[in-house]
Order: sequence, then C-alpha cells, then structure tokens
Amino acid sequence: MNVIYLDNNATTQVAPEVVQAMLPFYSELYGNPSSMHSFGGGVAASIKEARENVARLLGAAADEIVFTSCGTESDSTAIRAAIESYPAKKHLVTSRVEHAAIKNLFESLSKKGYRTTFVPVDRQGRLDLDFLYENLTDDTAIVSLMWGNNETGVIFPIEEISRRVKERGIVFHTDAVQTVGKIPIDLSRTGVDMLSLSGHKIHAPKGIGALYIRKGTKFAPFMIGGHQEKGRRGGTENTAAIVGLGKAAEMARKHMASGSYTAVRELRDTLENEILAHVPSTFVNGDRANRLPNTTSIAFEYVEGEAILLMLNEYGICASSGSACTSGSLEPSHVLRAMGVPFTAAHGSIRFSLSRFTTRQEIDFVLEKLPPVIARLRQMSPFWKSAMLKARG
Amino acid sequence: MWDYTDKVKDHFLNPRNVGVIEDADGVGEVGSIACGDALTFYFKLGEGGRIKDAKFQTFGCASAIASSSALTEMVIGKTLDEVSKITNDDIAGYLGGLPKEKMHCSVMGREALEKAIACHLRQPDKIVEGEIVCECFGVTDREIERAVRENRLKTIEDVTDYTKAGGGCEKCHERIQGIIDSVLGTTRLAPIKPKVLTTIQKIRLIEESIEREINPTLKKDAGRLELVDVNGDRVMVRLGGTCASCSKSHITLKHYVESKLRELVSPELVVEEVP
Repeated sequence: MNVIYLDNNATTQVAPEVVQAMLPFYSELYGNPSSMHSFGGGVAASIKEARENVARLLGAAADEIVFTSCGTESDSTAIRAAIESYPAKKHLVTSRVEHAAIKNLFESLSKKGYRTTFVPVDRQGRLDLDFLYENLTDDTAIVSLMWGNNETGVIFPIEEISRRVKERGIVFHTDAVQTVGKIPIDLSRTGVDMLSLSGHKIHAPKGIGALYIRKGTKFAPFMIGGHQEKGRRGGTENTAAIVGLGKAAEMARKHMASGSYTAVRELRDTLENEILAHVPSTFVNGDRANRLPNTTSIAFEYVEGEAILLMLNEYGICASSGSACTSGSLEPSHVLRAMGVPFTAAHGSIRFSLSRFTTRQEIDFVLEKLPPVIARLRQMSPFWKSAMLKARG
Repeated sequence: MWDYTDKVKDHFLNPRNVGVIEDADGVGEVGSIACGDALTFYFKLGEGGRIKDAKFQTFGCASAIASSSALTEMVIGKTLDEVSKITNDDIAGYLGGLPKEKMHCSVMGREALEKAIACHLRQPDKIVEGEIVCECFGVTDREIERAVRENRLKTIEDVTDYTKAGGGCEKCHERIQGIIDSVLGTTRLAPIKPKVLTTIQKIRLIEESIEREINPTLKKDAGRLELVDVNGDRVMVRLGGTCASCSKSHITLKHYVESKLRELVSPELVVEEVP
C-alpha cells in the first residue's frame, strides 16, 4: 500500500540529497573535528559549512548557531540559560498553546518557585498581545513564544513581539521548530535573542537540532563538557547529522526562494477548501489568514478523531489528531482547549501537514477517501441525526 | 499507535449491528460528547424472552466502537438473566483484550447494557446514580466503587483507565483513593504511634511511614520519595524515579504524601519538596 504522508509536522522524510551528504561521515570520514590532524580537520570544515548554511537560513551569523540533539534540547537550553544568567529574576512568560517541550518545562519550573504567566489566545488561536505586554515586569527573566503552532499552524507576530520585549530589556526566545524552512526568517530584523529549530522537521534526520543565540546574549551551557560549540554545548559533535542539517537548511532556503512553499500552500488550500465544501459541519481551527503554508487543522463535528485516523490509516493516509484518545490523555489537546474550540469539534479535529514532497495526486486521493469515512462514522454516531434535525429546525 | 488486537480492528472496521431499533424493548444511553465517547444500545426481545436483535450507535474511538459492536454480538440469543451477568471484562475478553488505557470503553458497554435492562424492567431506580466524584467526566462514587471491586483496581491510574475518573483536573484524586481504600478494605500495616513524639521519634516515624506506606504506593508508578530533613513540623522531601519528572508530582506530594504523613505521624506536618 502506498503511504500518503500528511503528517509532516510530526516528522518529515529525510531528503535523498541529505542522506547522500551524510553517508561519508558514517564510513570513511569518521574523524573527530576537534583533532589536530587534518583527517579530523576535514570533518571540522564540513561542520563549519553546515553551520554557515543553518545561519544563512535564519539571517544569522555562523557563530550564533549551536548544534544540539533536538528541538527540545534547544528549548530547555534557552530557558535554563536565561534563568541562570539572571538569577534574581523569578518570572517566566510563555503562551497557553506551546509544544510540550516548553509547556512542561514551564510547569516544572513553576513548581520550583518560578512565577509563570501563560498568555491566552483567542478563538482563532491569536495571541492576546495586550495581556502579554501588561504582564511583563522587571522580574521577568525570559519570554518564550512559539513562532508557528504545531497543531494549527497559526503564526505569532514574532518580529514585532520580540522587538517590544527586547525594548523592555527582557530575553526573548522563540520555538521555531515548525516555522524554520516554511516561511522566510530574517533574525537580523527581529529582537529574537534565542531560537530553537529541529532537523527532522525540515527533511534532515532525527536527533539533530540547533539553537540560535544572538551575539551578546548572556548564556550558560546546559551540557557542560569539552570546548565543542565554543563551550556552549559540550560533547563530541554528531558529525553526520550536523552535515545533514546543513544540507537540509541549504535546500530549504533554495526551495523557499524558488516558490515551492507557494505550491505547498496551494495544495493545502485545495485540500482544505474541498473538504469544507464537501463535508458538512466542518470548520478550520485557527486564523486562516496567518498560518504556516503546510498546516491545516480541521474539525469534523460529532465524530471522534482516533476513529477517523484509523479509518484513513486503512488507505495508507497518515495524519494526526487533537483528540483525547490519540494523545493517551482523556482530554482533547491543550491547544484546542485554549482556543475554546467546543468539545463537539475538538474531539474530531484532524491535522493534515504537507511538505514539498506532497503531490496533487495524493491530495486528490485524500479528497476521495475522506468524505465517506466521515459520513460512515457520523452515521454510527448517536449525536449526528439529532444535530441535523436541530440544524434544520 | 494503540496496540489493538485483530478482533478489535475487525469490529471497528466492520462493526456489527450499527443502528437504531425504533420499537426497542430496552434502550441504554451512556457517555456524552464532552467526554469524548458515548453509546446508545438497543435490544428487542423475541421468543422465550431471548434477545433477538441488538443495535448500537457510538461516538468514540476505535475501541469504543469495537466494544459496542462486540456487546451486540454477545447478547443476541441470550435471556436478560444471562446477559445481566456480562461484565466489562467479558466484553474486553471477547475482543481478545483492550489496551489498559482503553478499558473504560468496555465499562461503557456494560453500563449501557445495564441501563437498557433497567429501562426494560421499568426499574430506572434500580440504577443508583450515586454522587458525582469526578466532575470533569461525570463519574459517580458508585461507578468507581464497582469498577474497583469488579476489576480489583489498586491505583488511581487504574481507576482512570477503567472509568476516566480522575483523568482531568485531578481534584478528585483524594476521594478516588478513599474509595479504593474502602473497597479493598486495606488494613495496611500502620506504624505504631506513641502519643507524644520526641523529635527523634518523629523523624523515625516519618522514615518508617515513607518506607512502609508511601514508597510501596509510589513504586507502582516507578516513583520514590526520599526524606531530606525534618525541621519542626516541616518535612523536606525529594521525589525520585519517575516522580521527579512527572508533572503530577506536586499533586502527589500535596494530596497523598502529606495526608498520609498527617494521618500516620502528626496532623501538623507540612510537606515541602526540595530540589
């Protein structure tokens, strides 16, 4: 069975060019980049090139990039660095819709005596900016806000927010794991002090991430060890994965420049518009005007997400859900709840996330298979008929 | 991805007896859309008081649909007396088992069956509703009690897996623990407590309580509590094992450890977590 992979916010296919770039570092080029001999030095040169490629994708300087093991490590490093650099400050700010890497870290820190503020969002998933600015204090150590939401794709106005937060003398971090490589980013025009990114969301392998640290930002390492990454992250470099991330960053930049994300956006819009047109009692979660080009979260009322996913799975279609049953918890996703999506819809919300590898044929296949799945589950649902009768008055 | 048996997958992808019986002899409705699953179960009696037809409508995940479908197959051809003996475990067993976190789907099936029988016998009163314990999922003390008794549940997590109770805001965890304790009739070995405690006695008693009472319970979740210091009535502890990284650890500490130490050692104790 063919796999129709529309779960690219979970992880992406490693691009074949990335695999090719990595392979020598698993065989003949096994040198340690810290070594004095030219055998290791050659590897160091490849890492330097990768660092430059990642920096170029962000509008940053190469020495502002620190390689980490994943997005979560980048997030933890950034938050802990700010806390350690400003030990007197005990207030931390984030939003109510963050990824677990920030959400659970903040919840853990709040138990350790830090005061935490979770900025709310509106029904469209847009950040309450007034609330954010009103809650900044001289005691605030760091503001951490995601750039693009992993579930809905809603983009926060990070350029503007980061400048305002910086004016207040507060460190600003953004989790841009879902955003990097999907929309152009130029950090030189922002007030972002630290930014997290992850390789496997941009067609590099799992197990590699990066943290951007603006020059002049106070920093304390999370992993203490050797002098690697200029002492900002100890531990021998994951050379092959770093080279892979560099290649993926280079390709992402080229693809964005050549408009491949316009094509992704068009496919996403087709998928979304056709579903809305052909499946009744369905709506999009999140601000449609301000979203990552590859993501859509669609609520199918009166049906449950896990059942939808497993029926799609029978056709090889991979998506994900904000429903309770798929998360292992009993409540629907915290993102949809923070947005005030009603329970009738939150339980049946499905996220489709595309990539530049997604084809029109795949979208057509989903559009063929999905509506009967929803109709079948609704016919099984005790709420559907009464909801329809009520709607007709 | 859930590890569903082939039988669960089959009943989910090809559910038996979906629909409504207009002139049903019994109808049972359970769950709600807010809770994430709901089931309406219908049966029609035939000759000799045997169920000749059963149908269902379910809103929910794969295991909820499969449990409902299995239930209809299990009851057709049987008398009400026979089906009234069906337990949630029978439904799960019919499907070759359910993931532990999904056992509440089988409980939902048993509840719908029971309600349908009570509806037929015109004995809605026979269903004692009980008092709501878990407000997030509207679960009553009676439902929790029964799930604990029938499935020999031992922890709050078990109760959540089987009834959903305690899976939301977690405010009811203390009451759930109380129900578990009373059902299991736990006469746990409590340390002997002298009337007036000297400081050294108090520390020893705290240590003993942690070793005998608290750590065995936390161990079920691979957690561990370590006594760091005692200063007057302030008990400083450190959470280890999975507790250290668990987001629920604060609740564990406040509700469980503190209440246990107050009960076993001194009602004035205040528990504090130290890093």
